[in-house]
Amino acid sequence: MTRVPQPAVGSETGTGPGSEAAELLALYEEMAVIRRTEKAAHDLFLSGLVKGTTHLAAGQEAVAVGASAALRDDDYVFATYRGHHHALARGATPEECLAELMSRASGLCGAKGGSMHLTKASANMLGSYAIVGAHLPLAVGAAWSARLRGTGQLAVAFFGDGATNIGAFHEALNLAAVWRLPVLFVCENNLYMEYTPIADVTAVADPAADRAPAYGIPGETVDGNDVVAVREAVARLAGRARAGDGPGLLEARTYRHYGHSRADPAAYRPAEEVERWLKHDPLDVARGRLAELGMPAETLVAADQRAEAVVQAAVEAAKKAPAPDPRDALTDVWADGGARWRT
Amino acid sequence: MADVITYRQAVAEGIAREMRRDPAVVCLGEDIGAAGGVFKTTAGLYEEFGAGRVWDTPISEQAIVGAAMGAAMTGMRPVAEIMFSDFLACCWDYLANEIPKVRYMTGGQVTVPLVVRTANGGGLGFGAQHSQATENWALTVPGLKIAAPATPADVIGMMAAAIRSDDPVVFFEHKGLFAGKGPPAPPDHVVELGHAAVVREGDDVTLVALASMVPVALSAAERLAEEGIDVEVVDLRCLVPLDVMTVLGSLAKTSRLVVVEENPYQGGWGGTLVSIVADEGFGLLDAPVRRVAAACVPLPFADVLEREVVPTVDKVAATVRDLSAY
Repeated sequence: MTRVPQPAVGSETGTGPGSEAAELLALYEEMAVIRRTEKAAHDLFLSGLVKGTTHLAAGQEAVAVGASAALRDDDYVFATYRGHHHALARGATPEECLAELMSRASGLCGAKGGSMHLTKASANMLGSYAIVGAHLPLAVGAAWSARLRGTGQLAVAFFGDGATNIGAFHEALNLAAVWRLPVLFVCENNLYMEYTPIADVTAVADPAADRAPAYGIPGETVDGNDVVAVREAVARLAGRARAGDGPGLLEARTYRHYGHSRADPAAYRPAEEVERWLKHDPLDVARGRLAELGMPAETLVAADQRAEAVVQAAVEAAKKAPAPDPRDALTDVWADGGARWRT
Repeated sequence: MADVITYRQAVAEGIAREMRRDPAVVCLGEDIGAAGGVFKTTAGLYEEFGAGRVWDTPISEQAIVGAAMGAAMTGMRPVAEIMFSDFLACCWDYLANEIPKVRYMTGGQVTVPLVVRTANGGGLGFGAQHSQATENWALTVPGLKIAAPATPADVIGMMAAAIRSDDPVVFFEHKGLFAGKGPPAPPDHVVELGHAAVVREGDDVTLVALASMVPVALSAAERLAEEGIDVEVVDLRCLVPLDVMTVLGSLAKTSRLVVVEENPYQGGWGGTLVSIVADEGFGLLDAPVRRVAAACVPLPFADVLEREVVPTVDKVAATVRDLSAY
């Protein structure tokens, strides 16, 4: 993430909120940056500067930020087309993400990927995949590789509730369990597979956690809008997996603030449900925890202002960035950098 | 070294040579370990390299190829077996959407150095779901290299090139050739992908073939030689990279082209090849091009029915005979 240097908070002087609060403040600020990046993506789309589509993760920030906080920097992360928050949580900057959405040469993927394929391989954030469920076996393979190389790394696949009804989910869980691999499956259950309630198309209440035991994997659930709860759950499962005790699965209940994609106003969601979840906003939950820890309100205001400034600067920089060279369309098919397929 | 080696043994030997050379090479697939593979094409690997490098999997084609991709992106050189090439359809998402695209859509951030090996083609009476020649499926997707050797030595040399390739390679091993024998490959034998071989020289007609169709083309050429028709046979060996220049070089001599494909005429690889010849080699031709390919029906079970569908020596010889009289 854009880990902005944090101002010292209390603990060094023996007064004030302490290191727990300082850590939570940093997570809060990461979530604030993601929230504003998603809002910027939304606004830039409406102003015609973002083409195609976007699948915004506003409302689901705590899953990415909480999980990321519990991982090693060299762990592997695989995400879905709703993956801006995961790219940002693993070290992509708002500028390189927004530049990618805006088809700029400075985008994360040189404008060859777009919103659905944000990737930061240098941070082992190994991609966002737009075929539902396809990346779960990839995470299994990365975990297998980590085991073979003896690196102690973990692989994490984040996926939506809809992915629990596709074959690759089931093949991945079974293989990971049989091979006892260091992989975590983290389901972001936002209650809707695209436009349809997941409960309408799934025979069990917790679509991921209820299936996991069938593969010998303990299935856990967590409040996906509580960054601290997510961090603790992932830390526990990660420790277990790293110790050789096999894969873990965590189902995080959360809610998206926007529709499925840009084309979707999400009119199918009952107003009272939306209202209930908006009152359980992950940023508000973190603010409440920070207040309990004695964090002064003005410190939070300052964090919000820093997040706003970072994203505003990112938008301005991305707007100024050049378009890709059209000739780049014929590069990067093969490892030699080219696209030559015949003599 | 033995005087001859079977195509089947060559598969295991080709993989073993690379596993000895590079500890990053690992194998995964159904029944490939202690069982040695249903076609015995991995016989001996488990005994030599152990369970840490030869991994039996469940019947989960998506997990097999997906895990191979994840491992390839993170420092390994996996060799995944899909038992029958028909089953590529069970993991087609990985061949069509994931493996060939991830390098491009990330702007070159990752590479996917993996090999997907698979037993391809007919001739063994396995019926419509275990006999297809599916090499043309892979040809529809930019970003996959496609190898299909015809001889044991080429199996070993092309396996070395495929495993060493930093690009994904779909490696079609032909079921009908497994029992065939040929000279063994010398040590350190590498056949770079994308180099066709002129396996018989001739002046009158060029026959271009792949895998099992190479011996069919050579048999037809022998028969036609008795009739005074001098046939050149080009073993294409790979579909990507496609060695068009060797084909055009041959046509500069013969001016006549017949392509022999086991895959269906409909969507077969010969369509791509002859379109390039029409575009870039029209001036070399003295006759229309001809394609001898499988009929556009599912592969039938009975031998007498299958022979009706796939190219045979008789069909190839008849086509060449007609064309040489044009």
